[in-house]
Amino acid sequence: MEAVITVIGRDAVGILAKVCMGCAEANVNVEEVSQRILRGTFAMIMLVDMSKATVDFTAFAEKMDAIGKELGVEIRCTRQELYDAMHKV
Amino acid sequence: MLDTNDILDTIRMISDENLDVRTVTMGISLLDCADPDPDRACEKIYNKIVDRAKDLVRTADEISATYGMPIVNKRVSVTPIAMLLGCAPDADPVQYAKTLDRAARTVGVNFIGGFSALVHKGFSAGDERLIRSIPRALAETEFVCSSVNVGSTKSGINMDAVKMMGPIVREAAELTKDNMCMGAAKLVVFCNAPEDNPFMAGAFHGPGEPDCVIHVGVSGPGAVRAALAKLPKDASLGEVAELIKRTAFKITRMGQLVGNLASERLGVPFGIVDLSLAPTPAPGDSVANILEEIGLESCGCCGTTATLAMLNDAVKKGGVMASNHVGGLSGAFIPVSEDDGMIRAVERGSLTIEKLEAMTAVCSVGIDMVVIPGETSPAVISALIADEAAIGMVNSKTTAVRVIPAVGKKSGDVLDFGGLLGYAPILDVSTFKPDVFVARGGRIPAPMQALKN
Repeated sequence: MEAVITVIGRDAVGILAKVCMGCAEANVNVEEVSQRILRGTFAMIMLVDMSKATVDFTAFAEKMDAIGKELGVEIRCTRQELYDAMHKV
Repeated sequence: MLDTNDILDTIRMISDENLDVRTVTMGISLLDCADPDPDRACEKIYNKIVDRAKDLVRTADEISATYGMPIVNKRVSVTPIAMLLGCAPDADPVQYAKTLDRAARTVGVNFIGGFSALVHKGFSAGDERLIRSIPRALAETEFVCSSVNVGSTKSGINMDAVKMMGPIVREAAELTKDNMCMGAAKLVVFCNAPEDNPFMAGAFHGPGEPDCVIHVGVSGPGAVRAALAKLPKDASLGEVAELIKRTAFKITRMGQLVGNLASERLGVPFGIVDLSLAPTPAPGDSVANILEEIGLESCGCCGTTATLAMLNDAVKKGGVMASNHVGGLSGAFIPVSEDDGMIRAVERGSLTIEKLEAMTAVCSVGIDMVVIPGETSPAVISALIADEAAIGMVNSKTTAVRVIPAVGKKSGDVLDFGGLLGYAPILDVSTFKPDVFVARGGRIPAPMQALKN
């Protein structure tokens, strides 16, 4: 199962490291990363493979949310199908 | 990989613009629960609802968490209860309402619809008893919603039912006057009621529906308004309509995805997506604000009907391609108390009940969540229902009346229902008397539009 992790907020040292660490701890493989600064806002999008994850989706999303709170950024973890449905005909 | 902008677009719509799936509604047929013994009938009703809907709320919450989109309401609609009363001549319909309420509480839904009667051509056994019990049923339950279909394009308008409904609406408000006249807020009088509507208070599970089915109602006025805000003010109306269509497409695809998932996980067939713009009292999540964004100073001014007609049409055109099966009410809703922009328009004096009536000719539903003076006579309420039913009948569309007589309040007072039902100031209604017209009863014949064969 593939999921999309989005990180939006003020840029800070160590965001990428902490999110990747969170993924590694749950055995979630990071497949692609795209990172941009949009008008001063840090926006990072990661495509991850959760098929071998050691925790269930909800627990992983909560873990990401907690990392986001610690870093002062908003982290969302969503199944990829949502974006496919909304933006692909 | 997915386009970064698309992903950010979705996240902005959800987190900043109140985009959500407004309701996942499970329709459950109760036709197999009819029984001459009311106790047995109620036992069957309770067991069937709890059996079918036991996992509804949990499943919807799981989908919401996994896909990162809010699903605001989980609801159940059932077969019009009047159909079960025919074979139980001694039953008290309120016992059935209380059973529905108990079942709703057990499965954790926030409304259950279907304390209803379909009387567009006349009353069958059980219909009149159900209608007369509505005020008491709504006063004595928490989650039950009620609706009565009094007309259709095919059958005309049952004016005997219309005559009955004025006093019933009034009594529903009176019996709940200590609770913001809430009874009347849970009662809808329809013309051309859809059998697969997922939205409350008018949802019921029509007799042509399968045994159990999942319907989804989408929302998203905030997302449409935000998209329009970025368009230059001199963009043509063709461009405006195109942008609305694109946004409606995205919103509806989300609804379709949720419907598919819920149907698969619950093992219940997927019915329809209701392509609606359903506002909430949250600032910005307003259909009135969309109309104002397009270029009106305040909703209700001249130009409102034309703007709304375009909005309604564009929402349907965008949504219809995004969904396998479209149904329900499908269109822009204009409930006053549930829409922050409508409330402000009423307070500014730009929106009157007459303008709202004109608006109902070009969008879904009708005079919805409008607070009228407490002293409004039952005959005036009946005549208001007749007017709306006529608009629906002639235009082959659904119209409805959900007015709340503010019993015990003065002009200028506000009724505050709380939550999604919002609050609203009192709107004045003409006090000239339609009494002789209403008292005539009988049936308004079906219009020429009925003869399509």
